Amino acid sequence: MAQLALLLRLARRSVLRNRRRTLIILVAIGVALWAMIFFAALTRGWENDVVHNAIFTLTGHLQAHAPGYRDDPSVDHTMSTPGSAVIRLLDNPEVEAWAQRVRVPAVVMSEHDTAGVTLVGIDPAAERGLSFIADAVHRGRYLDSPDDHGILIGRALADRLGTGLGKRVVVMSQGTDHSVADLGFRVVGLFEGDREATEMAYVFVGRGTAATMLGLGDRVSEVAVMLRDRRRLPSFVARLRAAAPGLEVQPWTTLEPMAQAMVALGQAWIWMFFIVMYVAMAFGLINTMLMAVMERTREFGMLQALGMRPRLILTQVVFESCLLLAAGTVAGVGLAAGTLALLHGGINLSFLAQGAEMWGMGKVIYPAAAAGDVIGAVGLVVVLGVLSSVYPAWRAARRVPIEAITRN
Amino acid sequence: MTDIVACHGLSKTYRPDYLAVDALTDIELSIAEGEFASLVGPSGSGKTTLLNLIGGLDSPTAGEVYLRGRRIDTLPPGELADLRLNHVGFVFQAYNLIPVLTARENVELVMELQGIDATGRARLSRDILHEVGLEGLADRRPAELSGGQQQRVAVARAIVSHPAVVLADEPTANLDSQTASSLLELMRELNERHGITFIISTHDPMVMEFARRRVMLRDGRVVDDTVAA
Repeated sequence: MAQLALLLRLARRSVLRNRRRTLIILVAIGVALWAMIFFAALTRGWENDVVHNAIFTLTGHLQAHAPGYRDDPSVDHTMSTPGSAVIRLLDNPEVEAWAQRVRVPAVVMSEHDTAGVTLVGIDPAAERGLSFIADAVHRGRYLDSPDDHGILIGRALADRLGTGLGKRVVVMSQGTDHSVADLGFRVVGLFEGDREATEMAYVFVGRGTAATMLGLGDRVSEVAVMLRDRRRLPSFVARLRAAAPGLEVQPWTTLEPMAQAMVALGQAWIWMFFIVMYVAMAFGLINTMLMAVMERTREFGMLQALGMRPRLILTQVVFESCLLLAAGTVAGVGLAAGTLALLHGGINLSFLAQGAEMWGMGKVIYPAAAAGDVIGAVGLVVVLGVLSSVYPAWRAARRVPIEAITRN
Repeated sequence: MTDIVACHGLSKTYRPDYLAVDALTDIELSIAEGEFASLVGPSGSGKTTLLNLIGGLDSPTAGEVYLRGRRIDTLPPGELADLRLNHVGFVFQAYNLIPVLTARENVELVMELQGIDATGRARLSRDILHEVGLEGLADRRPAELSGGQQQRVAVARAIVSHPAVVLADEPTANLDSQTASSLLELMRELNERHGITFIISTHDPMVMEFARRRVMLRDGRVVDDTVAA
């Protein structure tokens, strides 16, 4: 115990011996850790945004479809409204919101232009808390009921079609009898999506109105479900599959493979960045410790001559690294916490425009520090940092005292 | 008197496989308990090499080294470290002290390694610093002490745990004559008062005058061994 106290005292004072060098390595460790935590938080923010966009655009946490709908999302692959067993499951407290939709490919025409879109027939009240549309109308009004005869179109689509609020558009699709089904709608609202692609891709009408136009009767294209707790997803999917054996029930990770791939990419990206930052920092640490050790060769030799065992010399040098790493860690984590606190309102990426959109990002990214990432970064820096210092420590300890003492 | 140090057929050759240099050849030497001996000779005569072999800092090419009757040249590094810690005190020519420790802490260093408790360390270091005339400078770091004061601290550290022998390698080489004389006076006083054995390597004539026994080396061999009357 007395020996450990001595080694700690020697290590602490030795670290303070060359203050400039200590400051430089502390800055290197601190900045490396700050960069690791901040980058991980940015990546998690991006992942959250990608997942949020994927889930809230229309997907929900899971969906049920008629078999074949995902390959051919037309009126040929619709399903009956859910039966009582399914309704019982959907109405339980685990479910935040659920809705039935008609969702088919269509063409929307204005007096100026035509665009291919997805026609979505919704129950306006049921979409609240389930998808973005209820809160996305920025001009005009939201739909009143499933039988509303108005249409909601995206701002970007309106610009492209040269149409606007109060004007009429015609929506065309294929009816159940394979004839052209078309209907004129008045634009009652313009919506804004997180991404321009969303504004261009969807038009929203009442579900009853869409069913009438397509001749679907009570049939629907999909049931979308939002859970209160995403972690319950696997068990809920299993139960819904059991309750509706004739339907294809799939979680968002299957329905949005791109989003899922981006989450996996983000995870790999974080660890690649961690390792690159660690390697850069480790070289600095090893170099610093080697310099400190070589400058003190005679001192270590003298300590050995006095009877300090080589393993105690090694321990002392490792203690010095530990002190540097501890101080650098406090500085890095503190700096990262401060930076993230300053940016809690999000980082506006609108200047990146379509470039950011291509990566599934919205216009604002909210850095989200995950405890696991912070622990991982700190653990990597401290554990591997200590291991990195073993080499210089070993260099200090392996010299026989006579070589060290007689060295000029 | 009992022999504290004994060397039999001691030889040391550096770089035995390439341009071999014989630093010591067939040394026979015994140092009795309580002696104040000097190893003298010109540069390259083997003084420091002999001192290092006696202190277990180096290993011989041939021969045997005994400390208090225990053969030490065959001990593994860990046991040699323990032997140095508990039985040998060192005073080097320069760079004797740990720069980040105060004079008192430098003196206590060996005792801390020996596991002596803080109270015991404080008492012993206070007494020994008083004895070497540095009681008012205990909290100064080496950079705040003169060369002579630093060597006194080194002597205090070397004797504080009552080793079998104190080995001093050119301890006065970097000191002015007055300071050197004062340091030698101190070592001889400690030798007489505590019976601690001192072996000092030197080519300083003043040291030779202080030492009662003078072992002269030349080209790695003992050429004269004189005890003053």
